[in-house]
Amino acid sequence: MREVSEQGQPNGESGEESDDASSGSHSDAAADAGAAAQPSAAGAGSRPILSVRDVSKAFGAVHALQSVSMDLYGGEVHGVVGENGAGKSTLVKIFGGVHPPDSGALLDADGQPLVLTGPAAARDAGIAIIFQEPTLFPDISVAENVFIARQPLHRGRRIDHRSMQRQTRALFERLGVPLDPDRVARGLSIAEQQIVEIGKALSFDARVVVMDEPTAALSATEVARLFGVVESLRDHGVAVVFISHRLEEVFAICQRVTVLRDGRLVLSRPVKGLTGGDLVRAMVGRDIAARAHEHHEPGAAVLRVEDLSRAGIFKDISFEVRAGEIVALAGLVGAGRSEVARAAFGIDHYDSGSVFVGERKLRKGVPIDAMRAGVAMVPEDRRQQGLVMDMSIADNVSLASLRALTRRGLLVSSSVRKFATDWSARLQVKYNRITNPATSLSGGNQQKVVLAKWLSREPAVIIVDEPTRGIDIATKAEVHRLLVELSRNGVAVLMISSELPEVLAVADRILVMREGRLVAELAHAEASEEAIMAAATGQAGAGVPATMGASPA
Amino acid sequence: MSPTEQPQAPAPTPQEGADATSARRLVDVVLRARTFGIIAVLGVLVLVSALIQSRFVGGGEIRFILSQTSLYALVAVGEAMVILTRNVDLSVGSVVGLSAYVSANEFGAHPGISIVVVFLVGLGVGLACGVVTGAITAIGRVPSLVVTLAMLYIIRGVDTIIVGSGVVLASTEPNSFLNLPTDTLLGIPDIALAVAVVVAIAAYYLNSFRSGRDLYAIGSDPDAARRAGIPIAKRVFTAFVISGALSGVAGVVWAAQYATIESTAATGLELQVIAAVVVGGVAIFGGSGSVVGAALGALLLQTINSALNVIGISSIWTEAISGLLLILAITLDRGIQLRLAAALRKRRVRLGA
Repeated sequence: MREVSEQGQPNGESGEESDDASSGSHSDAAADAGAAAQPSAAGAGSRPILSVRDVSKAFGAVHALQSVSMDLYGGEVHGVVGENGAGKSTLVKIFGGVHPPDSGALLDADGQPLVLTGPAAARDAGIAIIFQEPTLFPDISVAENVFIARQPLHRGRRIDHRSMQRQTRALFERLGVPLDPDRVARGLSIAEQQIVEIGKALSFDARVVVMDEPTAALSATEVARLFGVVESLRDHGVAVVFISHRLEEVFAICQRVTVLRDGRLVLSRPVKGLTGGDLVRAMVGRDIAARAHEHHEPGAAVLRVEDLSRAGIFKDISFEVRAGEIVALAGLVGAGRSEVARAAFGIDHYDSGSVFVGERKLRKGVPIDAMRAGVAMVPEDRRQQGLVMDMSIADNVSLASLRALTRRGLLVSSSVRKFATDWSARLQVKYNRITNPATSLSGGNQQKVVLAKWLSREPAVIIVDEPTRGIDIATKAEVHRLLVELSRNGVAVLMISSELPEVLAVADRILVMREGRLVAELAHAEASEEAIMAAATGQAGAGVPATMGASPA
Repeated sequence: MSPTEQPQAPAPTPQEGADATSARRLVDVVLRARTFGIIAVLGVLVLVSALIQSRFVGGGEIRFILSQTSLYALVAVGEAMVILTRNVDLSVGSVVGLSAYVSANEFGAHPGISIVVVFLVGLGVGLACGVVTGAITAIGRVPSLVVTLAMLYIIRGVDTIIVGSGVVLASTEPNSFLNLPTDTLLGIPDIALAVAVVVAIAAYYLNSFRSGRDLYAIGSDPDAARRAGIPIAKRVFTAFVISGALSGVAGVVWAAQYATIESTAATGLELQVIAAVVVGGVAIFGGSGSVVGAALGALLLQTINSALNVIGISSIWTEAISGLLLILAITLDRGIQLRLAAALRKRRVRLGA
């Protein structure tokens, strides 16, 4: 019944086709696919359209995927869930031909290995990737975005604008979405941009549509509309891979679900009969590092954030961080944690609310104000935002304290070097020469340089965003010890981290954000990975038993 | 939950539909405002100048402006195509200068030579320059700012070497050639008509051919263009070759207009042309704009020059005023873009979560 997929070979680089054939083939493809518009319930259960067989992929020492196997059936929506860093993005990139697997293979409907040499090859194989934030051409029309470089032609290679517009309209009608083909793509909402990408996928007859967290930036109405589109794809016999952080969406739209954890597949089965608790357990059930956490009494509130809101980003965020306390902001990527921190520090603007350090109200959008009040911020991306990579270690360490190192307005290089050497020693930065560029250091040592730069200002509040991302375990532990030590010395620490073991090991108090709102506050004693994940994914009260690490697979 | 219980796609609420339409209208209005804005400014300018000095709307003055604009508009069309791809061609002034000398020199070297051949010589000079610039930029992947800056000096240098201390004098050129800028058809300068045809062809090409649309895609998002399988190097190369060719032809027009040609001919022309392109609404970082806008931009700048002149304002002011206008155009554009983005964002927030 899915004959369309057989004869509707992907048009591929139709730029090489003759004019008439080209304009004809597009409308034919649309008509054919339209004719096959019958729900193909039998699609599931028969042969898979695409199979993943024992696929592994490593980046350096990190095993992003380890022998993952899954089958995609036409007419079925297949959910993929997992924590941050579980390997979902890598899986998407393997589908998209961006990364070839180290071992294992993708198999097509006939069981033949499918070698994807790049995005174009994936497209020719009928696989379309819909990214969370699609990249359309902002300056050209929606119809043209769908058909770019494949526009239907008149005789003489002239573009048939009317046919292009008609075909685009037909695609959107099939998807049940009223979008004007003639408007420019600039100003389309993310949801609409995704629809355009899906239309594009349909236009070259994709049989597998992979959606990478498509709902992360959508409102409730937009999600409902996207679900309508996904159902329409499914009813046309397309195999949809639906990656999401939101478990309720998986239950609403998927027939099958696969859970990844640390690059391994821990569960892959029909959604029917599973509960939210099952999924949460499967997602987090790993061995939890021993928590050495001593309780102590924090001092007065140092950093206070009151009713901070920014339209479309975060809303009504209030919290305080007290002296000698480590507060973690947990949540999924995209929940708005870094955005709140950046707004509080004055890098980003906010629409309403206020930020206090002690009794002093910080002006919005003025980082210098925050710095003068004794706030320091260690950003998420140390290469781009934390360090000047080509400058020396000494210059990087002293960069935030230059005023103290000048005499009559001129920098004294011997003071700079001494200052940098002292602080590097305190943080045990391992370097060859203090005058070497920051690029010469390992990731962990670079992070220590960033920390040294800010700690040398002896801040009252320090905000650290993903302080241990991409650094080795030993240095990670050192950074943790450093943060704890700082807080014992009376510094208020606000830490953003996506790594739950880190949050549990270091934080005195945990704030959980979901979709731009603070949804939970957990004291150290009551926090667990399950509790945090449940709050972060909106699965509150998914009764999780205390047995950790029980993988249902 | 079973599949049958899935939420249905809701029909768009009237509210949502209305918002989508108004958002579209907003974007459209802003985009169109660009072209109409230039025409409106032109209108006001002509009107005010005419009120102050009625001579301004006399046929002679308008013919002069059109004839003067033709040269700039011709170069601006090629420049616009390059800028659309998120590149820039700084060498056009030097190409015009070189082509002007080499082509006009043919009259002295081969007395009685056909004007058509002279135009072909200019075209050839321009093509050669465009091929070199395009090849280094597109195939060698060197930033066009640097390549064309170097080409600006190299071509000017070659020009100086060829010309030496010599000069092409009007006396060697036939009258039929020197009369080109003033010949008219139905009161409109022939050259302006010819350039209008070139602008129309370029506009049609950019709108109706895949390779033309590709230029917009490349400037809009080079990475996405690569992923869409657009042959970027080939398209950028073509844009530079067209820019060179049009500059070459413009060189011959220059020769006809100024008659006496030294090695410094058309120095600094590239900046006036880029100004015209940007004032005409072509985004300096590519992806949007039209060659019609670029030509209108050239017309506007030329009209301002003439208006200031006719009104009796010293020519020392004209450059500063052109610069001011450029800043005004760009700030206005930027302001509108930011407002538009903010308006669309607010609208969405109101609509959504």
